[in-house]
Amino acid sequence: MTPLLDVEGDGPGNVSLMTSASTMESVFQSNPGLTERNYLGLSDCSSVDSSAGILEVKRSNLNLKATELRLGLPGSQSPGRDPDVDLASSVCLDEKPLFPLLPSQNIVVSGSKRGFSDTVDEGNWMFGSVASKSLVQGKFITDASANGKISSGTQPTMIRDATSKVVPQEQTHATYGASLNKVNTSNPPAAKAQVVGWPPVRSFRKNILATNSKNNDEVDGKPGPSALFVKVSMDGAPYLRKVDLRSYTTYQQLSSALEKMFSCFTIGQCGSQGASGRENLSESKLRDLLHGSEYVLTYEDKDGDWMLVGDVPWDLFIDSCKRLKIMKGSDAIGLAPRAMEKSKNRN
Amino acid sequence: MVYSLPEEVLEHVFSFITSDKDRNVVSVVCKSWYEIERWCRRKVFIGNCYAVSPAIMIRRFPEVRSVELKGKPHFADFNLVPEGWGGYACSWIDEMSRSYPWLEEIRLKRMVITDESLELISTSFKNFRVLVLSSCEGFSTDGLSAIAANCRNLRELDLQESEVMDLSGHWLSHFPDTFTSLESLNMSCLGSEVSFSALERLVAMSPNLKTLRLNRAVPLGKLSTLLQQAPQLVELGTGAYSSGIRSDVYSALSKAFLGCKELKGLSGFWDVDPSYLPAFFSVCSRLTTLNLSYATIRSPDITKVINLCPNLQRLLVLDHIEDSGLNALALSCKNLQELRVFPSDMYVADANVTLTEQGLVSVTQGCPKLQSVLYFCHQMSNSALITIAKNRPNLTCFRLCIIEPRTPDYLTHEPLDIGFGAIVKHCKNLSRLSLSGLLTDRVFEYIGTHAKKLDMLSIAFAGDSDLGLHHVLSGCESLKKLEIRDCPFGDTALLANVAKLATMRSLWMSSCAVSIGACKILSRKMPMLNVEVIDENGTLNPKLDNCLVEKLYVYRTVAGPRSDMPGYIWTMDRDSANKI
Repeated sequence: MTPLLDVEGDGPGNVSLMTSASTMESVFQSNPGLTERNYLGLSDCSSVDSSAGILEVKRSNLNLKATELRLGLPGSQSPGRDPDVDLASSVCLDEKPLFPLLPSQNIVVSGSKRGFSDTVDEGNWMFGSVASKSLVQGKFITDASANGKISSGTQPTMIRDATSKVVPQEQTHATYGASLNKVNTSNPPAAKAQVVGWPPVRSFRKNILATNSKNNDEVDGKPGPSALFVKVSMDGAPYLRKVDLRSYTTYQQLSSALEKMFSCFTIGQCGSQGASGRENLSESKLRDLLHGSEYVLTYEDKDGDWMLVGDVPWDLFIDSCKRLKIMKGSDAIGLAPRAMEKSKNRN
Repeated sequence: MVYSLPEEVLEHVFSFITSDKDRNVVSVVCKSWYEIERWCRRKVFIGNCYAVSPAIMIRRFPEVRSVELKGKPHFADFNLVPEGWGGYACSWIDEMSRSYPWLEEIRLKRMVITDESLELISTSFKNFRVLVLSSCEGFSTDGLSAIAANCRNLRELDLQESEVMDLSGHWLSHFPDTFTSLESLNMSCLGSEVSFSALERLVAMSPNLKTLRLNRAVPLGKLSTLLQQAPQLVELGTGAYSSGIRSDVYSALSKAFLGCKELKGLSGFWDVDPSYLPAFFSVCSRLTTLNLSYATIRSPDITKVINLCPNLQRLLVLDHIEDSGLNALALSCKNLQELRVFPSDMYVADANVTLTEQGLVSVTQGCPKLQSVLYFCHQMSNSALITIAKNRPNLTCFRLCIIEPRTPDYLTHEPLDIGFGAIVKHCKNLSRLSLSGLLTDRVFEYIGTHAKKLDMLSIAFAGDSDLGLHHVLSGCESLKKLEIRDCPFGDTALLANVAKLATMRSLWMSSCAVSIGACKILSRKMPMLNVEVIDENGTLNPKLDNCLVEKLYVYRTVAGPRSDMPGYIWTMDRDSANKI
């Protein structure tokens, strides 16, 4: 995967505005080490870090000194600036300087305005719910305080609610990756990666037209059917996800995408079983959890029956699947005799 | 000396003022008018359910009969808002059930409502009449059973495009034998079969039924039976519109349509068999609304229908209509006010479908009353847009979607800036605009300069820099809703226009260049805004201010931060901020 950003370090950078699908993939692949960057090329940060930059902003001939947007930011990097030039929005005179962002720089400010780094410790950022537990994944650094509110230190702190923590992989990652695979092998004309939510047509309509095109005799020559979104729920997970079944071609693809999507919930469960807050789960442990007798993947078919995923050929499956559910193995016993057998085989 | 009219007189006068905007204006004239108005306000519209709390609404307006709420951001329609985001109707229903015993109407859009809430509605409001659930989810046919069973005075049940868990088709049978008040039923979104006998019974005992929208599962053969029971229908949504080769079905249907002298609107048309189309030709001359947007019939068939509908005001259709069909539309339908052309193939231009910008140009030329356009196509040119703008300065809603992002003018290969610039310059009453194609910051300069009445703007894959966003935020005086995706707009423009955000209902930005640091600043500066950062991937490190946010939703509110946010949303912890 080519890096998202092509930073030369000097001169105008190339604009390559990636689609959200590809950006998500890149983000997923990135390592968590973040370096601070200045998007208008004012600093000398050099390395490309795709995780911080979802998009690269064009740094062409935008003369920052001339644009009105720099107004009202006295004390920022351009010394020749007249701080009294008026701005469309007068409230902005109170703005803290945005640039440069590197904390090492000394920002000279006038009056009561504080430097950016001084403001950094204000404002704690927390997850929506007033959280009581903190949970850690490898990437995030938290003050592992068990209580919700954390007094401000030198850094803003975040609070996380263990039960609602989310690290689901953006579903577009699998979509993008899978549709690329699909495109290369079977449908050369439909070579465009499918961007999430584009074109802006409701899934209701997309699904209807997908079924229409199947029924319609004039389907020949039409490359690439449209999306087929179904809901995926998991026992114990606080909310659902949606997946586009047409973006996969095998059960294996679907399964691994779902694994990644729902991994966070499984980790949460593991954590709550007494493991200390800072324990990281290895990938293989995770896979064991999902592949073991713990969970099975089931689906509701057109007749309303719940079936085990994997019994019928893939095409037949996506034809009849209305929604998916990741059930505990024990709940799936009643499904079909084969279900138990299969989960035994997995152990 | 100030002589004022007695309260009763003022109240009577106010009762003629129904528009929300006018009511709001009346309420700020003076304290006594505020008091009188709030006691006699019967309808409340809340465009963002998190902008205000149920308690606040109830406290101010104690005698409300009709409530309309909207929940999720508009981009939720396109799967950009993750599941579990919010928009729960529960707390609203709970509190209204306690405080508004005389509530008659509930309209929800993009909200999550449970069966329990539906049951509560059905038992709490004795005079309940109208339930509209538009693009909602979270409930099943069990909830509908409760509504059917308990709402003795129900007039309207509209499930427009909602996601209903279809447990059984028997919910319709729960309407009691004494139930005769039904005027409007829209169940077109339901997937499974409903009990036909229950449906027939319901239609037979509803003499006031004016709107009936069936779901796909209702076979064509049964449609004539229903139409014969309800010849007074004004709006009909068919089920599946094919039935094999059955001349008896055809003739029964034809006869039934002949009897429908009041029919003005037709929709449905799932799975159309073109040979059955002529069955409804007898009603075409009266039709004002026609929705063929699920019908994959071809241009000649569509054209045949259109030529029979001179009174058409609203047409929804697939791009199968092609330029030829649109030319026919321009010639036949001089009363056309709204046109929506949807794509039949989402991603690749279908070689068999010749729909270009020319079709739209024809319609804007031929239809003098055209105000609202939604148009999906694969190519566009500046000259076409300029022609459209000059043809139709009375446009109020212009939504153009060129399917491939960043497509330039196909003739000149230039950006489409001047084309859209012409639109905003000539169409002075434009209130809704959606952009597409290759666009630079220039187009936003035009928009900021000219689009003074613009209420809602949707932007995707456009612009070069923060300047673009700055033009919009600083120039569009009437802007209330702004939704942006995949544009290089970031901190500078946002923070240079914070005050603007308090005059708007909401701002959505996804896959842009806004950093968490800017979000913090925005939060701090504007306590009347909720700044919600959506971090689905879990990659956001809120300590690193340079970290870009995936999705941002900012809205003004008097209710403070909401308490039902899922774990993937970050907001500023205000309490800690206050402690400093």
